[in-house]
Amino acid sequence: MNCIIIDDEATARAIISQLCHNIEGLKVTEEFPNAIQAIKYLNQNDVDLIFLDIHMPDFTGFDFIDTLRNPPKIILTTSDANFAIQAFEYDCIVDYLVKPISQERFQKAIQKAKTFTNFANNGSSTHEKIESTSGNDLYVNIDRRLIKIDIPSISLIEAKGDYILIKTDDKNYTVHSTLKKIEGKLPNHLFLKVHRSFVINIKKIIDIEDNSVLIKKDVIPVSRSNRPELMKRLNLL
Amino acid sequence: MEQPNMIYIKSLSGGDKSFEEKLFAIIKSEFPTEQQIYLNHIEAQNYQLTAEIVHKLKHKISILGLKKSYKIAVEFENNLLDESTALQEEFESILLIITNFLKQL
Repeated sequence: MNCIIIDDEATARAIISQLCHNIEGLKVTEEFPNAIQAIKYLNQNDVDLIFLDIHMPDFTGFDFIDTLRNPPKIILTTSDANFAIQAFEYDCIVDYLVKPISQERFQKAIQKAKTFTNFANNGSSTHEKIESTSGNDLYVNIDRRLIKIDIPSISLIEAKGDYILIKTDDKNYTVHSTLKKIEGKLPNHLFLKVHRSFVINIKKIIDIEDNSVLIKKDVIPVSRSNRPELMKRLNLL
Repeated sequence: MEQPNMIYIKSLSGGDKSFEEKLFAIIKSEFPTEQQIYLNHIEAQNYQLTAEIVHKLKHKISILGLKKSYKIAVEFENNLLDESTALQEEFESILLIITNFLKQL
């Protein structure tokens, strides 16, 4: 398994490298003191696993993950246990290691990484109506035809009984599926469930008023429990 | 006051002296820089940046087996985030202990 280490602290990189060295079949191909250098590397190289520090100046570990279209498996390494809940909102995150990392705990994380199947690599059943995603595309099964939808063009998805209504910039699609299923196929940094019946593309928000958001001409309710996460995602002045 | 120990580093090295030497060389080079950054930020009363460097120094405190000191560092970091310098003196004593320990290596 090829891996890279991203940590602004040289001591931490040396320790993680040694922890990897102690495990057969795990090869550190590169180490980076910041996320920007790692992004450049990942544009040209495939890796199986990333050891990623959360606390880095300018560009945090979470900012880094949000830039990756198809992130590989990621093990977070941090001195702060407070981000664990946020960490597991990402499908690609296998484990969360709090420094100082013991060899035994590290071994467990690697075992998890070996058995972990990233959602993006997990082939959907042929009976599912939402078939698969590939980069920016989502294929939906409508009348036995697989229709390609450009993910960033989706403005919102509404649950309607046994169906979901997918609204895009140009067209609407009614698909036999569930919000939960489509939510798992969409990038976390772009889409957010704001109500039990609505998932929205946060880039398409026009304005927010009290407990609703305006997307195109649709006023979408925001439930009280989902509002804090929505507010956290916004670039508020 | 507790003193640094090599228990964690030895557990990683499994007796590999070259790794131990490499790691200490890195710590010896990185620690004084971080310490200086800490001093600059605390003097400038920039508590957010001070908390960030304390966060980084915390890791070195932990790998040198300074368990009680680590707890002080965690509290100090939280205090800084609340714009308080409570525990500054205690934290700086820890830095001094590490400095002296590294000089002996």
